[in-house]
Amino acid sequence: MAETTEFKGMALAKAINESLRRALEADPKVLIMGEDVGKLGGVFRVTDGLQKDFGESRVIDTPLAESGIVGTAIGLALRGYRPVVEIQFDGFVFPAYDQIVTQLAKMHARSLGKIKLPVVVRIPYGGGIGAVEHHSESPEALFAHVSGLKVVSPSNASDAYWMMQQAIQSDDPVIFFEPKRRYWDKGDVNTEAIPGPLHKARVVREGTDLTLVGYGPMVKLCHEVADAAAEEGKSLEILDLRSVSPIDFDSIQASVEKTRRLVVVHEAPVFFGTGAEIAARITERCFYHLEAPVLRVGGYHAPYPPARLEEEYLPGLDRVLDAVDRALAY
Amino acid sequence: MTVESTAARKPRRSAGTKSTAGKRTTARNTPGAEPELVQLLTPEGERVKHAENAVYDKYVTGVTPEELRGLYRDMVLTRRFDAEATSLQRQGELGLWASLLGQEAAQIGSGRALRDDDYVFPTYREHGVAWCRGVDPTNLLGMFRGVNNGGWDPNSNNFHLYTIVIGAQTLHATGYAMGVAKDGADSAVIAYFGDGASSQGDVAESFTFSAVYNAPVVFFCQNNQWAISEPTEKQTRVPLYQRAQGYGFPGVRVDGNDVLACLAVTRWALERARNGEGPTLVEAYTYRMGAHTTSDDPTKYRADEEREAWEAKDPILRLRRHLETSNHTDEGFFAELEAESEALGRRVREAVRAMPDPDHFAIFENVYADGHALVDEERAQFAAYQASFADEEGGN
Ligand SMILES: Cc1ncc(C[n+]2csc(CCOP(=O)(O)OP(=O)(O)O)c2C)c(N)n1
Repeated sequence: MAETTEFKGMALAKAINESLRRALEADPKVLIMGEDVGKLGGVFRVTDGLQKDFGESRVIDTPLAESGIVGTAIGLALRGYRPVVEIQFDGFVFPAYDQIVTQLAKMHARSLGKIKLPVVVRIPYGGGIGAVEHHSESPEALFAHVSGLKVVSPSNASDAYWMMQQAIQSDDPVIFFEPKRRYWDKGDVNTEAIPGPLHKARVVREGTDLTLVGYGPMVKLCHEVADAAAEEGKSLEILDLRSVSPIDFDSIQASVEKTRRLVVVHEAPVFFGTGAEIAARITERCFYHLEAPVLRVGGYHAPYPPARLEEEYLPGLDRVLDAVDRALAY
Repeated sequence: MTVESTAARKPRRSAGTKSTAGKRTTARNTPGAEPELVQLLTPEGERVKHAENAVYDKYVTGVTPEELRGLYRDMVLTRRFDAEATSLQRQGELGLWASLLGQEAAQIGSGRALRDDDYVFPTYREHGVAWCRGVDPTNLLGMFRGVNNGGWDPNSNNFHLYTIVIGAQTLHATGYAMGVAKDGADSAVIAYFGDGASSQGDVAESFTFSAVYNAPVVFFCQNNQWAISEPTEKQTRVPLYQRAQGYGFPGVRVDGNDVLACLAVTRWALERARNGEGPTLVEAYTYRMGAHTTSDDPTKYRADEEREAWEAKDPILRLRRHLETSNHTDEGFFAELEAESEALGRRVREAVRAMPDPDHFAIFENVYADGHALVDEERAQFAAYQASFADEEGGN
């Protein structure tokens, strides 16, 4: 791996695996912890082979206890380690929510800045894989609402690789949401060409008529939407948010000042979600530039439905296009 | 020396038997050592009788040949149902399946110990217990097919919905049992969970609450040796049943592949609950013969020989040997059961294939008991959106 700088067609899950490998190699204080992360390599194989190469004291199979996983990671971080913990699925982070919200997020402030907690909490999230309940949720807003935490989500293999490097190097706790339905999507990864900062959004497609903001699993959908809209002669700009806390409002503002219309897409419920925050801030910042209200497309205020209904629940091509049409109609 | 022969001589429960507690370890902690457990039927199908078993044995001394055949039938049909569900998953009819293969005795033994007014809090693998409660097995398949997130009314069979978040239901069981006690009823509550779940804070808290409030709850831990890829020693360094001692209630380890022993020990624990003696932890020592679920690949983490060793202790084979050697059956019984089992498989197959996809509006149903303005608004938007497609189709 050391000599290779460019990986062609690497799956997103594999990119995270390579990134973790690099972090384990570079810093003896980096630890991987979680349920089934060892021999099995995690249920999505994101940690595949790492225990074999770095041993059981660096890649740690933990008891089945999420509060325990995050709580002990905090202790290890207090002792100078940099734990990267895996929560098996989105819906199983809640036993650890107390540790994350009341402890992980607040210790830096409570210690007047004396304590740093460089803990990364990896959470495969989102739907679209036909799973049973608690395996398809998008709880990012619940974490973004908590000060002291940083929340990010890559949408492609290269970002997955680099954002993981940056998250591990961060001295703040980072909740790292991995778009599980994109784990097998392939992209090119250059392990030398360091990209921009972790919390910077990126224009991934230029356009003039409307800005689509998405992150994680929704960026691919945004491209499909822009393709479809292009066939109808509409030019959409796509912004990959990459970070949900903090949010790079400057980049959104710059794009909206150009296109004058904004649609935010996420899988999580719209109510009290990331889109609500973006809509409010952008309305404040760009009131005189906007030609239409900021629209949001996302999940409903209902429990994530059984697999056979998820197509209806999740934002899809038609629903986003519908919002685009509505915004353009103003 | 087999597990069973050691066990047959030295079954014990932790509370009240302090003698060797400190020395006991799990099989894996000390290679070659075997767990001590209550066993009433050896893998060869011989009935074990001796003094130390007496406390439990008396709960099954009255079991008739007909009841034994009933237990056998339950296990065979449950296994058949489970096999059918596994193959339906392979055929793409189910999104996922969590097989109970190997755990039939633990589930049927404990399930048949229950009274109708007892209440069950299962995890996601308790298909055999559901069977004992009279839940139609086809109801269990909806959530695995992805058409609902539950699929039955918990109150019609006193069988709560499957719980996927590990360990959460043990607290519900404890609270329910606290309610039973407040009501002055003599029903009992049973909570099922796995060895992995024993690590969760919720489980520890349920032990605390049940002990403090003397709740009539039986904690039935099926130690099937694995939590996905992690063996039991990644959860605990002492045998699980010994945990109970620290909370102040008895724990007992039973041979989870011995249906008679599971029946006896659960009856004993339920009786304690009914008599106001509080909680009990039963650790059914068993084995998950299949994969964790159909998405799992056990070849990544465990050796084939382990499964082979446990196959020799198969719960169904064991009771069959016992029935045959005690002349409790004739060929007709097995033939009839085989036919019944085929019929069940067919019924399940047909029912699953006929199971309709849910109505789209089901997303908005039952989100709140009292209703909610936002849900109403979103439902209306959803309806208008759906209708727009119909208009387009109509217009074309
Ligand atoms: C809180 C939580 N964390 C993780 C999971 C993912 N998961 C599902 S089953 C399982 C292993 C459970 O093992 P055990 O409790 O021994 O029960 P078994 O499946 O062996 O019956 C895990 C880790 C989950 N369902 N809930």
